[in-house]
Amino acid sequence: MLIVGERINTSRRPIAEATEKRDAAFICQEARAQLEVGASFLDVNAGTFGEKETENLIWLVKSIRSKVDSPLCIDSSDPEAIHAALEICGKGMMLNSISAEKEKYPAILPLIKEFGCKVVALCLAGGEIPTELSSKLKIGLDLVEALLSDGVKAENIYVDPLIMAIGVDQQTGRVALAMIKELKTKYPDIHTISGLSNISFGLPVRKLLNRTFLTMAMAAGLDAVIMDPLDKEMMATLTAANTLLGLDYCCGEYITAFRNNRLGR
Amino acid sequence: MFDLKTLSEYLQKGDAKKVGELTAQALAEGLSPKTILSEGLIAGMDIVGAKFKKNELFVPEVLIAARAMHAGLDVLKPKLAETGAKPAGRIVIGTVKGDLHDIGKNLVKMMLQGAGFDVRDLGIDVTTDKFVAAAGEEGVQIVAMSALLSTTMPQMRIIIEALHKAGLLSKIKTMVGGAPISQKYATEIGADGFAPDAASAVDKARQLVGV
Repeated sequence: MLIVGERINTSRRPIAEATEKRDAAFICQEARAQLEVGASFLDVNAGTFGEKETENLIWLVKSIRSKVDSPLCIDSSDPEAIHAALEICGKGMMLNSISAEKEKYPAILPLIKEFGCKVVALCLAGGEIPTELSSKLKIGLDLVEALLSDGVKAENIYVDPLIMAIGVDQQTGRVALAMIKELKTKYPDIHTISGLSNISFGLPVRKLLNRTFLTMAMAAGLDAVIMDPLDKEMMATLTAANTLLGLDYCCGEYITAFRNNRLGR
Repeated sequence: MFDLKTLSEYLQKGDAKKVGELTAQALAEGLSPKTILSEGLIAGMDIVGAKFKKNELFVPEVLIAARAMHAGLDVLKPKLAETGAKPAGRIVIGTVKGDLHDIGKNLVKMMLQGAGFDVRDLGIDVTTDKFVAAAGEEGVQIVAMSALLSTTMPQMRIIIEALHKAGLLSKIKTMVGGAPISQKYATEIGADGFAPDAASAVDKARQLVGV
């Protein structure tokens, strides 16, 4: 399971404040804390700064990369900001995100190719977000097909089925699980990725729904996740699900997590 | 004598069938459409809004209550038109360009409708031109904008400036809302109103149109 740590996002107040104050030590501490508990990539998002997004994103990326040796997931919708950030990082990063939207796809594709990135591919084609499995799946399959034929390697594609709120659309969980299964069946070498908090919007005890959905999605084939790795219960659930799915040799990770006091007991 | 409180209670429970039936029954018993609207449906939605704000009710419950409200409104509408009853106000609402989130916007719309406003929904990913064109239509009093992304909230400033250039700000008010929006931001971009949640949006709209 690949974990993309989501904490370095300026929509979180401490990150916004540290960015404004140019407090690089704080940002690096957030980076290290996530890596220590299992994050493989660190999402970096400075979108809240609006017109000043690029300069703040660059500062964040430079601050992290000068002290912490970890691949980043550059999270922006501005191709120029992404380009500037990737130029600092070099190869092997992740880009969040591309979609089938007709303006976005051609703007982002050259960046993936130039920097050889992994990419989060949103099942979105512009206009309304489809809710039915057939139309949503078609967008996903077409997008994967387009990326492959444009020369992006299958193992660098992380399809995000875009999970909506179960409180509004009670079928969204089933649709997402079916999407993950179908995508992995048709293209075994690609990855699927998802955030975990949308699903519970508007309902009580959100974390219970988020955790339960994670295990179901993993069983359906989800192999990457954008989450807060410092959420102990979520990480314990992830570790347990990974073991139960037969992905943990001799249950080593599970036992190690227990010894490191990470299973909550 | 027909008890409008019962109607309000069924609405709060989200029983659309019963709300439709009771609304028809109330009309048959001679209550005025305006009274049924304000003391039955609007009163019910006000309670739903207040409970939602306090986390006593959750999104799916608000959605089914709104569906029940519409069942009542469908029965009342022809009668309201006959008696010449006016809506509480006319509002156009939409999620700004580049933003596809509609849950919050829809909740606000339902609450406003539940408060007796005539609401025109422009949908999601709404361009500035569309907002301006809709704002210029006869009788529109409020333009309500929703943005859920920090990257799309600057659209609100652009729309307000466009409304200003079109000379519309003298006759209409603007309202903004959405997760990244604050009163500070609303003031900064010159919006007339901000609300942190759907129930407060109704209070704010009432205040802006003076009902």
